[in-house]
Amino acid sequence: MSEPIDPATWSCPVPVGRRTEVVLGHGGGGRLTAELLAEVFLPALGNPLLGQLADSTVVTVGAERLAFTTDSFVVNPLFFPGGDIGSLAVHGTVNDLACSGAVPLHLAAAFVIEEGMPVETLARIAHSMGTAATAAGVAIVAGDTKVVERGRGDGVFITTTGIGLVRASVDVRPERATVGDAIIVSGPIGQHGVAVMSVRNGLEFGSPVVSDSAPVHGLVAALFDAGIDVHVLRDPTRGGVAAVLNEIAGAASVGVLIEEATVPVSAAVRSACSLLGLDPLQVANEGRVIAFVPAADAAAALTALRACAGGEGAVVIGRVVDDHRGMVVGLTAIGGTRVIDLPLGELLPRIC
Amino acid sequence: MKHLDEYADPVRARRLLDEIRRITTQRWALMEVCGGQTHSIIRHGIDQLLPDEIELLHGPGCPVCVTPLETIDRALAIAARPEVTLCSFGDMLRVPGSSGDLFGVRSQGGDVRVAHSPLDAVTLATQRPDREVVFLAIGFETTAPANVLAVQQAARLGLTNFSVLVSHVLVPPAIRAILDAPDCRVQAFLAAGHVCTVMGYDEYQPIVDRYRVPIVVTGFEPVDLLDGVRRAVAQLESGRAQVENAYTRVVTQHGNAAARAAIAEVFEVCDRAWRGIGVIPASGWRLRDAYRAFDAEARFDLAEITSAESPLCRAGDVLQGRITPAECAAFGKECTPRTPLGATMVSDEGTCAAYYTHRRVTMRQ
Amino acid sequence: MCLAIPGRVIEITEQHGQPVGLIDFDGTTMEIVLTFVPDVQPGDYVIAHAGVAIQRLDEAAAAETLRLYDELGGEAAGDS
Repeated sequence: MSEPIDPATWSCPVPVGRRTEVVLGHGGGGRLTAELLAEVFLPALGNPLLGQLADSTVVTVGAERLAFTTDSFVVNPLFFPGGDIGSLAVHGTVNDLACSGAVPLHLAAAFVIEEGMPVETLARIAHSMGTAATAAGVAIVAGDTKVVERGRGDGVFITTTGIGLVRASVDVRPERATVGDAIIVSGPIGQHGVAVMSVRNGLEFGSPVVSDSAPVHGLVAALFDAGIDVHVLRDPTRGGVAAVLNEIAGAASVGVLIEEATVPVSAAVRSACSLLGLDPLQVANEGRVIAFVPAADAAAALTALRACAGGEGAVVIGRVVDDHRGMVVGLTAIGGTRVIDLPLGELLPRIC
Repeated sequence: MKHLDEYADPVRARRLLDEIRRITTQRWALMEVCGGQTHSIIRHGIDQLLPDEIELLHGPGCPVCVTPLETIDRALAIAARPEVTLCSFGDMLRVPGSSGDLFGVRSQGGDVRVAHSPLDAVTLATQRPDREVVFLAIGFETTAPANVLAVQQAARLGLTNFSVLVSHVLVPPAIRAILDAPDCRVQAFLAAGHVCTVMGYDEYQPIVDRYRVPIVVTGFEPVDLLDGVRRAVAQLESGRAQVENAYTRVVTQHGNAAARAAIAEVFEVCDRAWRGIGVIPASGWRLRDAYRAFDAEARFDLAEITSAESPLCRAGDVLQGRITPAECAAFGKECTPRTPLGATMVSDEGTCAAYYTHRRVTMRQ
Repeated sequence: MCLAIPGRVIEITEQHGQPVGLIDFDGTTMEIVLTFVPDVQPGDYVIAHAGVAIQRLDEAAAAETLRLYDELGGEAAGDS
């Protein structure tokens, strides 16, 4: 048996009430994060563009629309099956751009490095970033490096900022979700979260699961190139598919109905989640796309996605309904229903 | 997964639902004791699929919910000490004490860690002789084998820096307490399958004899739960009252003898306070004198702790099936999963949390 | 409570005087202490909770249970 988990790598999934300190759950991408934004950042920084609260903000510059986004990467451990913080930092920002309907162009990368980090490790990460950027067809054109004292960083934190050119007449904001839309996921879910957990100190379970960390703009391009009238695009990351679906349902004031039997989950992800008491719908992904398309376009969308690397497992998992607006409901395999809720913070393994 | 997926099969589930519908001729109130069963019922929508005549009352089978407030407060006080590393199952970290929870203690500098197994805490104690490692050993009988092994291992290793804060609760006394209540509406019980995996079901025969209620040992997957309901209703419809085992693949009449022997060696029965319910005599386990060296309550001299529940919280009535969460005045207003007043709203399997989520669908449809 | 999942024993070793099994849960593997299931052999299924196996799974009983479900619908529900 091994050392218990240090919840420095976990977050409080729970009710925070009136805390005066930030807790880890505020970084979970769920309800607590949303509250921090609403109560602290928006009041101070608020403007209509930020208020879009999209993964990328679309700004008009002259005759063009640019997508502009930033993301920080604090994953621990730095290296995990299927990737590392470097490739993750490239994919995450490329994907935010792609899911606002943009062709990713350039990235900037800022590093906060902890004193004592081996240079060789940093070199591995940088190399991984370069490879990922090339494969994704983007260039990292600006950067910054800072070093903090030992103990004040987690090895390295990386922030990437990206710009992309939004395709003409494309609008994939959540408000576009329409009753009747088919909801598609591009592949099996929960892989990134399980892969990272499997090497996180303290959980000690063996798993063949590899992170799905990958650029998704090829998948997105395939949809547009096939002439699909895509209504909404999102890449589900922390908080899982559940977080994304809830955000869309809330923003568009529609109901989302998911047929649980159709949600693709690999056996190894399912069993890891069963062991830890987690819901795969709430577990992180890093290389998937959720697309809302008109029902009539669903078949063509699947064909387009399945022809792409990384999209082979694309399936329809549900639809937008004119019922329980703002909520995501799951049709369970045995024919019942349950609410698929927005996760509060991050997920804790449980035994009960 | 083998031996799991077969019990989530929609065809089998439908067969059982049809059979339940076929045999049900009147209203019946059943109680499932185990929080894991409550969670599974809500998760799969089973209560919605059963005929309206069958009411499922949710019992106090969530150790997160019933761990006494005093125990949580003691855990908070111990975890706040600079020399202590407190390890706990993830479930417990979210439970509110009189003021604050273990995560709050962590954010103020306390060393609080999640463990999948108490044995991990023992390993930590061997690796960190400079720390006082304390494990929050809560649970029903199911978790006792792991907690007991941890204590025995610590004893064998001669550890002086490991202790456990024990708050075990037992199911049969809780069932009796529920049945003794004057307003008890429960007509049959679904007994907790994993508790009975360890303990067997000998203890339930005297309850059946005394109270004439069917008790069906039931598993956790949808098909297991439906079968438990089917058998309970079949007994009720035919006027029988027996102990029945619907979870034969892991439950035997006498349970796991080796585990029971180890539990008897390390633990002894004691009175236990159940949060929201009160003291139920002989309903808990504590460490025997021979293992007092590993008892965190003895090791840490804690100043008199005054524990106070929110006056609005009616978790106790919910836990005994007296009211549904919706009948509590604070439900959905002062008390939500985001701002819980009581433990039943905190835990994923706590009845109030389950109902909060479920209720929203019912209201809006 | 009591999240306990069935898994297959792949191999058994001894650690600190206790039998420890490497258990395969449909692709996910974990080390589980087998002290309370001393007769378990590789290939058997156990049910594990909080790092400890609390019982060996009786595959014959499981098969019998499933057979019962699959025969439902024609006959009256009775004791089993």
